Amino acid sequence: MLLKLARQSLWNRRGTALLTLFSLTISLVLLFGIEHLRKEARQSFTSTISGTDLIVGARSGQLNLLLYSVFRIGNATANVNWATYQRIRKHPQISWTIPLALGDSHRGYRVLGTNTDYFKYYRYANDQSLKFREGQPFNKVYDTVLGAEVAAKLGYKLGDQITLAHGVGAVSFSEHKDKPFTVTGILAPTGTPLDQTVHVSLEGIEAIHLDWQQGAPVPGRKISAEQALQQDLTPKAITAFMVGLESRMATFVVQRQINEFRGEALSAILPGVALAELWQMLSMVENLLLLITLLVLVAGLVGMMTTLLASMKERQREMAILRAVGAHPWYLFVLIQLEVLLLTLLALLVAAVTLVVSLWALQDRLASSYGLFININPFTLQTLYWAGAVLLVSALLACIPAFTAYRRALNDGLAIRL
Amino acid sequence: MTGTTPVTDKPKIPAIELKNVVFYYQTAAWQLSLPALTLQQGEHLFIKGASGSGKTTLLNLLAGIISPRQGEIKLGGESFSRLSAAKRDTVRARKIGVVFQQLNLISYLSVLDNVLLSSHFAGLDKTASEQRAIKLLQSLALGPELIQQQAAALSVGQQQRVAIARALLTRPALLIADEPTSALDADNRDGFMQVMLEQANACQTSVIFVSHDATLRRYFSQQLDMQHLAQGVQPCC
Repeated sequence: MLLKLARQSLWNRRGTALLTLFSLTISLVLLFGIEHLRKEARQSFTSTISGTDLIVGARSGQLNLLLYSVFRIGNATANVNWATYQRIRKHPQISWTIPLALGDSHRGYRVLGTNTDYFKYYRYANDQSLKFREGQPFNKVYDTVLGAEVAAKLGYKLGDQITLAHGVGAVSFSEHKDKPFTVTGILAPTGTPLDQTVHVSLEGIEAIHLDWQQGAPVPGRKISAEQALQQDLTPKAITAFMVGLESRMATFVVQRQINEFRGEALSAILPGVALAELWQMLSMVENLLLLITLLVLVAGLVGMMTTLLASMKERQREMAILRAVGAHPWYLFVLIQLEVLLLTLLALLVAAVTLVVSLWALQDRLASSYGLFININPFTLQTLYWAGAVLLVSALLACIPAFTAYRRALNDGLAIRL
Repeated sequence: MTGTTPVTDKPKIPAIELKNVVFYYQTAAWQLSLPALTLQQGEHLFIKGASGSGKTTLLNLLAGIISPRQGEIKLGGESFSRLSAAKRDTVRARKIGVVFQQLNLISYLSVLDNVLLSSHFAGLDKTASEQRAIKLLQSLALGPELIQQQAAALSVGQQQRVAIARALLTRPALLIADEPTSALDADNRDGFMQVMLEQANACQTSVIFVSHDATLRRYFSQQLDMQHLAQGVQPCC
């Protein structure tokens, strides 16, 4: 009977109850959604690089180096000399290196100049190596391998020709039109910024910049694609390189040796440490976001209480009738509490469904626009804790209208003030 | 009583008995005092009182919502006013039925559920109560086609009769009616009075009927005037 009363009473006030449910659902979707995205984003970031012991670039902060070399965010301040790279890679403790040359783009996607070691040694997530969905690594100067998303978004197939643009903007006025590249491979999706990268050989990068100087074409000096192939295409510099060591034990020794390298000012960073620093910086933003979400939730809950409290006046008759037929004031207290719990439970349920549906709908967009690969299932044990906490807080807040009902029941008795 | 039953002098237990009852609010310079009132089982009482005459206070006292400051109220021979508030609520559920002036029903519940509220709080068996409720409604001229309807869909007269059914479902010792006819027209009013008393008699229930309408007095054997109970300054409404 109690449940029936609570249910039917809510149904009787379905207009306001629905609005309350709506606002509560929104705040819950926000809470669970942001919690989920936060975790997934972290997961996504962390899984971008795996198995690389050191990243080496021109001397700079470790975050900057990490961001431009791994996440394709921002730009390098300086380059690493090719000779320096050649010297360091012969270090006995170093097992492999991947050179990275950045600075060009193709229709907004970053171009990465590297060599075939990239496809051999690069690891992401849990030590997964890169796989080709189609084709194979580049082996000629004007070959290119596309990330999964680049191919999907721009509709490229094997054999298509693309031109690279100087600089990293989405729209570029200085394109390397005279030296088109042929797509020889398309990578399988990785859920990392790799999917948004156009990979070419270091020689290709060198070739398109032969007739350029200081970031602009040299007037009157034109070298055709074929002519370029005749020239020495050994790069003069690279942006950074990744290092895999023979033994992890040597990490700090090699790091120090590179940092103290006399020929050139270099920085060697540990990707894990740099990521940790990144999280530390982001955690403040994350916490702020969480705080805002919690405040939105509190606003939703307080809104529910306000509505209930306001309805207490029009429900005086209902309460008086219940008192008259023998309901104890506590019964009225429990009735209000039950209504709140029903509403909150319903909001949790609706929020869960909404979240799953919207994640399912947004998954592709998030992946393509932000490179975030989100799991559709947002529910973990922690979600359950959150849900429990929400129920607890709403029960606590419900004490206010419930106690009002209780006190009124004691004071007003059978009197019905209209 | 039929003629063949031997007359015994076995003392009857009064339905309700008030002794030296005094009640006052801490904030009001006004008090309600009732030196003695006894109502035998099946006897009915008419209390004449306009609104603002302490009527609600008296009803709250009789229904056990509040306790007298002095004196005692006994219900069916047992002390009622000395019980704890929670116990009084339980006793009210079992032994007292209440009918208000109007809007007696919870609008969103069905007619049947409204009636069954009283048996729920009295802790009576659900199926038996349901059968009795249907019978009771029928005898109050509320057919089975009405019982699943929402209470709000009924006419005022029908609603008041549903309230009677609810009040009498538990076969209470006492039925407290607070101007239940004030919203009814003359024809409906007489019909209502008749069925109410008829059903109350069938349950051996004593009716305490509060109204300012002196024409209804003729239905009752006993009468009490609120004016004699309330003392002190009465704020004018």
